[in-house]
Amino acid sequence: MKNIFQSTSKLLVAATLVMGLGASSLMAEVKDKFTVSWTIYVGWMPWDYAQQKGIVDKWAKKYGIEIDLVQVNDYIESINQYTAGKFDGCLMTNMDALTIPAAGGVDSTALIMGDFSNGNDGIILKGKKNLADIKGQDVNLVELSVSHYLLARGLESVGLSERDVKVVNTSDADIVAAYSSNDVTALVPWNPQLSEIMTKKDANLVFDSSKIPGEIIDMLVINTEILKDNPKLAKALTGAWFEVMSLMKKGDTKALTFMAEASGTDLAGYKSQLKSTKMFYDPKEAVEFADSSALPNTMKKVSEFSFNHGLLGEGAPDAGFIGMEFPNGKRFGDPKNIKLRFIDTYVKMAAEGKL
Amino acid sequence: MKRFMNLKPSKVTAFFLGLLPFIIAGIFYIVASDLRLAENPNDKLLPSMASFSEAIDRMALTPSKRTGEILFIEDTSASLHRLGLGILISAVLAMLIGIPLGFIPFVRAGFSPFVAAFSMVPPMAILPILFIVFGMGEIAKVALIVIGVTPLIVRDLQQRVSEIPAEQFIKAQTLGGSSWSIVIRVILPQIFPRLLDSVRLTLGTAWIFLISAEAISATEGLGYRIFLVRRYMSMDVILPYVAWITFLAFLFDYLLKKLTYKLFPWYSAGKENA
Repeated sequence: MKNIFQSTSKLLVAATLVMGLGASSLMAEVKDKFTVSWTIYVGWMPWDYAQQKGIVDKWAKKYGIEIDLVQVNDYIESINQYTAGKFDGCLMTNMDALTIPAAGGVDSTALIMGDFSNGNDGIILKGKKNLADIKGQDVNLVELSVSHYLLARGLESVGLSERDVKVVNTSDADIVAAYSSNDVTALVPWNPQLSEIMTKKDANLVFDSSKIPGEIIDMLVINTEILKDNPKLAKALTGAWFEVMSLMKKGDTKALTFMAEASGTDLAGYKSQLKSTKMFYDPKEAVEFADSSALPNTMKKVSEFSFNHGLLGEGAPDAGFIGMEFPNGKRFGDPKNIKLRFIDTYVKMAAEGKL
Repeated sequence: MKRFMNLKPSKVTAFFLGLLPFIIAGIFYIVASDLRLAENPNDKLLPSMASFSEAIDRMALTPSKRTGEILFIEDTSASLHRLGLGILISAVLAMLIGIPLGFIPFVRAGFSPFVAAFSMVPPMAILPILFIVFGMGEIAKVALIVIGVTPLIVRDLQQRVSEIPAEQFIKAQTLGGSSWSIVIRVILPQIFPRLLDSVRLTLGTAWIFLISAEAISATEGLGYRIFLVRRYMSMDVILPYVAWITFLAFLFDYLLKKLTYKLFPWYSAGKENA
């Protein structure tokens, strides 16, 4: 009987592993093939260009590895898949990196902070001109996202709190259509939806992310274990990224048109989105940003917001439950539970031309 | 004959055979979950039974810190309210449209092709129009269910009405029945149980539209909660909600079947003999 049970459970384990539910992919090891997921967003289109034009392959070959960039249509799903161990790296915002992989116990490292939102996220009121008028309104936004964070920061700036409004969770895909509905009077969209809604009647931008610069950061996140065992991956990705950055800095029309078309707009549309995105074209800027004292402060605010909304998990006793590490040894939160790390190691190498 | 096809399980055996796949699925889950948790104790993809019971305690037994209400009950009642209203409106509409379509040749000639075409329009693809017409509130969610489900029931009822033997109509006419009285006395009594049947079969579709509507824009509801906590991959909340939705759907299916049996014993009896 015992034998039957043992062999059955072995069979089950084997079958489980076959189904891919097992944890094997989470185990770090030295490997030479990597997958990184990406989603369409103005600050991430350079990755698509780098992949399509063979720039990623060129750098991967230089370090003797293979890197596959996989496009995922659903942003949250791509982060969830990364957290579940399906991808070695993934593109996400600083807040989502804290609340999804880090809160899910997956030690993650922000390898490249590529840009921050400098107007790409905003609060729109229909008919009203001042942010304070938002009091008492229903606000349509993607709940628990950076839009929600922006709303909280905006309300703070005019002495209001979230209790003064009612948040209505609205899918980002439908938020433009939602504006046309009569009962929708306040929204917090991101780009390209933001600029689309601004072209409509009575739409007033009353607050945007340029008023909280550097707080909504778009970054490339790599599983820390994998990074530790495979510095080649970090070098190749960083090298490819800044090669595209230098093209963009020069205003290479061909590259920009490619990115514009891949993201479903035209050159003019893409350029206007870039205007509200602070890209770090120069690796030196990226190093400066990573080393700045503003970064730990921002992450503290994000951590407090996340804690107040229950995003750090029900077991979290305070906002410092998940520890974070910054360049130069700065830290925030529980040093025994460090799950999110910001590093400047590889961008520095790029700045010094050592890649 | 001692062939495999002729062997029938006893009642007890049948019960356990029915239970077996559930048990296997359960064991499968526990093994996979243990494997992942051994690797990373904070893994959220396949939570342990203990985190499920914590999540259930938090959602279903403890009042929320922010609103003082029990989220699970709030979500369930909001969703059931929408679903019930949507189904009720769909059923009434389908009766009003389906019977004339199946019974009156002039109506059929005029509207049947349109209804057939309209029922093929995927409602999710014309969402922006629905938002403008119905707003973003409760009406929009009920409307999405109605638009998604009504055409299915209408087409089924139309078919059922046209299947009623012509002899019955001729007989009723020889007894002096008008078009109206034939609808009331001949068609309606026969079509009611078929309507219940049809509603039962479209319940699955109605749930899909309900969850989609709540995912698009809502402040409470079963679908709302699932899509909200998906943002930080709280499978410990999602999986019990999915189990609950499955149970509710199963329960309604069962109750409708029983109701049909109770109200129209002749209908079920006829089906068993057929």
